[in-house]
Amino acid sequence: MKHLLSVADLSREEILSVLDTAVSMHEVQHRDVKKLPTLRGRTIINFFFEDSTRTRSSFEIAGKWLSADTINLTGKGTSVSKGESLRDTVLTIDAMGVDMMIVRHPASGAPMQIADWVGCSVVNAGDGTHEHPSQALLDAYSMRRALGDLEGRHVVIVGDLTHSRVLRSNLLCLQRLGAQVTLVAPPTLMPSGIDTWSGTDGFATSYDLDAVLPTADAVMMLRVQRERMSGGYFPTAKEYAVTYGLTKRRLGLLQDHAVICHPGPMNRGLEISADAADAARSLVLDQVSAGVAVRMSILYHLLAGEGSDQ
Amino acid sequence: MTARTTTRPVLVRGADVLGQGTQDVLVVDGRIAAVGSDASADAPAGTQRLSADGLVLLPGLVDLHTHLREPGREDAETVSTGSQAAAAGGFTAVFAMANTDPVTDNTEVAERVLDLGRRAGYVDVHPVGAVSKGLAGEELAEIGLMARSRARVRVFSDDGRCVHDARLMRRALEYVKAFDGVVSQHSQDPRLAGATSCCHEGELSGRLGLPGWPAVAEETIVARDVMLARHTGSRVHVAHVSTAGSVEVIRWAKGRGIDVTAEVTPHHLMLTEDLLAGYDPVYKVNPPLRPTEDAQVLQEALADGTIDVVATDHAPHVRQDKEHAFVDAAFGMLGLETALPVVSTVMVRSGRMGWADVARAMSSAPARIARLGTQGQGVVAGAPANLTLVDPDRQTTVDATLSRSLSRNNPWHGRDLVGAVHLTMLRGRVTAREGLVWGTEDVPEEEL
Amino acid sequence: MSAAQHAGPGRLVLSSDDINRAVRRIAHEILEANKGPEGLLLLGIPTRGAHLARRLGEALRQVEGTEVPVGSLDVTMYRDDLRSQPTRAVEPTDIPGDGVDGKVVVLVDDVLYSGRTVRSALDALADLGRPRAVRLAVLVDRGHRELPIRADYVGKNLPTSHSERVMVRLAEHDGVDAEGVRIAGPADRQGEGE
Repeated sequence: MKHLLSVADLSREEILSVLDTAVSMHEVQHRDVKKLPTLRGRTIINFFFEDSTRTRSSFEIAGKWLSADTINLTGKGTSVSKGESLRDTVLTIDAMGVDMMIVRHPASGAPMQIADWVGCSVVNAGDGTHEHPSQALLDAYSMRRALGDLEGRHVVIVGDLTHSRVLRSNLLCLQRLGAQVTLVAPPTLMPSGIDTWSGTDGFATSYDLDAVLPTADAVMMLRVQRERMSGGYFPTAKEYAVTYGLTKRRLGLLQDHAVICHPGPMNRGLEISADAADAARSLVLDQVSAGVAVRMSILYHLLAGEGSDQ
Repeated sequence: MTARTTTRPVLVRGADVLGQGTQDVLVVDGRIAAVGSDASADAPAGTQRLSADGLVLLPGLVDLHTHLREPGREDAETVSTGSQAAAAGGFTAVFAMANTDPVTDNTEVAERVLDLGRRAGYVDVHPVGAVSKGLAGEELAEIGLMARSRARVRVFSDDGRCVHDARLMRRALEYVKAFDGVVSQHSQDPRLAGATSCCHEGELSGRLGLPGWPAVAEETIVARDVMLARHTGSRVHVAHVSTAGSVEVIRWAKGRGIDVTAEVTPHHLMLTEDLLAGYDPVYKVNPPLRPTEDAQVLQEALADGTIDVVATDHAPHVRQDKEHAFVDAAFGMLGLETALPVVSTVMVRSGRMGWADVARAMSSAPARIARLGTQGQGVVAGAPANLTLVDPDRQTTVDATLSRSLSRNNPWHGRDLVGAVHLTMLRGRVTAREGLVWGTEDVPEEEL
Repeated sequence: MSAAQHAGPGRLVLSSDDINRAVRRIAHEILEANKGPEGLLLLGIPTRGAHLARRLGEALRQVEGTEVPVGSLDVTMYRDDLRSQPTRAVEPTDIPGDGVDGKVVVLVDDVLYSGRTVRSALDALADLGRPRAVRLAVLVDRGHRELPIRADYVGKNLPTSHSERVMVRLAEHDGVDAEGVRIAGPADRQGEGE
């Protein structure tokens, strides 16, 4: 593994290796001394072309706890407007001799393009409406901690699927781990061609949340942006919450062991009710804490063996 | 090399004229003087003999849809470099789209483009006039004045943008009737496919997370425009048709006698959406590359004449405008130098079209649509000697670095194409041969 | 050396019985040096060092009748050769009871070679707390140290050349029939030792 660009590039074994190593990393988080010397002398650039306090600080902490030098750059306004191409921008940074670029970009595919241009490792920290691999890995980590092996488990993903990079990575990740995935959204928020996505069998779609909740082992609620209403995706917040929100009533439809995930930030009262967000079965805070461990594991997998032939 | 304005008589010997049989062709004073057995007999003393064994002779190619970028983006292309690329690609006339800076929405810009073309002298450069002022889609540009100008503009287009206001489109169609003009429409409903839409909407756009450009955004405009053409009794030309649905509408409209014509680009004939999987902006074009099924239908429609014309939509861009994230990168790809080889590979080698069909789609039909009397008149005695010699069997591997264009956004780079332009002649004067080009200022003295 | 190179699975230098005798002897030596089991904490270095630590703990229990806490300490993240090796799976670190502070930690590994693994272990240990003392027990010391490190308890000293491989096989990890310590020439590349 040199880059982490898409979950599609990961085998089941690689995913499990990242998740298993994350368990050891998670243990480090509870020590007094949280630092491991593993990546001493390595330089990691957090190159964020789009705001994201949560993901950026998670990667930054992960890098620091592995003793890497981490530097944050914001790329906003550096590209199109200034006449410098994205390629020029990243080549300039690459030429400084960094070992890794962690890239968040509002445009789908940008990390893949960057990986083609630069010599260092590239991690996709979320690209447009395409993928967010580290989020999917930490979601899988949290669900495995709560449910054990995900083979045969039923995971329901609900929300603005069209615009969700979390969905795309999670779908790939959960399928590799053998889970059964059901996607729920109004037809306007289903990604185009969802029924024929190649390489992604073993999932179903539904417009009826009530029908799928009773068999769910995990429910992942995705953020719905209120501005989608102006695009005609759904009429009102109220209608969305009633039709597709995880309301108090719907909590009652869940099996006792079923867990609730949300990659955040949450729109309480829209896609998720306060009752659901704060329920004992909610993994929301676990997800955040797991985020650092999983990202440490990712950095370790990409950088530790980097000089070897394999 | 010294400049000269007249050319010696030329006898093209043994060319396969339109793929329909070997004939000699005599060119005197910029015109075809004789074709067939007379040609050799009529050749005056001092005639240069050009052996064309194994080559196919076509009328000079005419491109209804070119972006030459001058004025405004001379770093990407100039009228001179673009017309050199055109000559190298076998063209003798190109139509330069209006989306320059300033926009070709008035006589001054139109005549300037015309003059720049004449000065360069590689091909006839005809400006396309904007439909609306500043391409803003609100008020009509000075269509009539451009038509009356020295540039004699007959083709009007807001290309790059759709004339999406139905009322403005109606008025434009009505207005151009006064001088037998045509409105070339960039069919893209901006409400269904906005400025960021850059990937055919379907499974691929869903997987890649790229803003979708649905086929229906093109098809609804095509459908509306053919109805407007019927209502106004005017001529509408559908630029870069990219979907099977549009073909269906056009076929229906032609069957009803509606005066609609249509073009397809070489890239929509040959390249398909799967190329976008790696997010390489060299494949970003508007309208986007479509699925294989659409390309198949486009090929059939070109072969059966539903689509009248192959037009390049040659769209040069400098590196820094292309080397962005996919959605931020500029739309468009080069096309002038590869158009004939692509058509040869996709349509002729596959048996879908003969060379006479190529002559129709790439010379006579575009000239007729644009009401050009000086181009696309065929390989017949008396016609202007605008000729293109093609080596039908020559295989070349496209090398973007060898382009005459100032830009390098060539999606064909590294591909093998069969069929190459051997020589281009504009009114009896050789403008390109084997990749070398000559304008009015530098016609070679050496023997052909 | 030449004989070793010809041996297919390598030359057997310690049988399963030899290993168990060595573990029992080391248990006695530890108790003697520590004057009893008080304050002892055995930490095996995964994978086989962890198994040996558990055997050692069992031997101590049989001799002394009291439980000595046994754990494992993964040193992967502290290695100085990470860049030149393929990425290794990280094994669990498991520190029993109330940590390492004030304990006499006995690090347990299968083979002592360059000493770099032990150095990594010392670093890892330092991040976990402050033991009163750290001792080192190994099943085999094959020489060729690259750091000033020596073992306090050694099952067997085994002079080797660099090109030879020392292969430790334990029933818990490799199956009962495979147990033993073998030396193999460069031709046998199933690899073991440090």
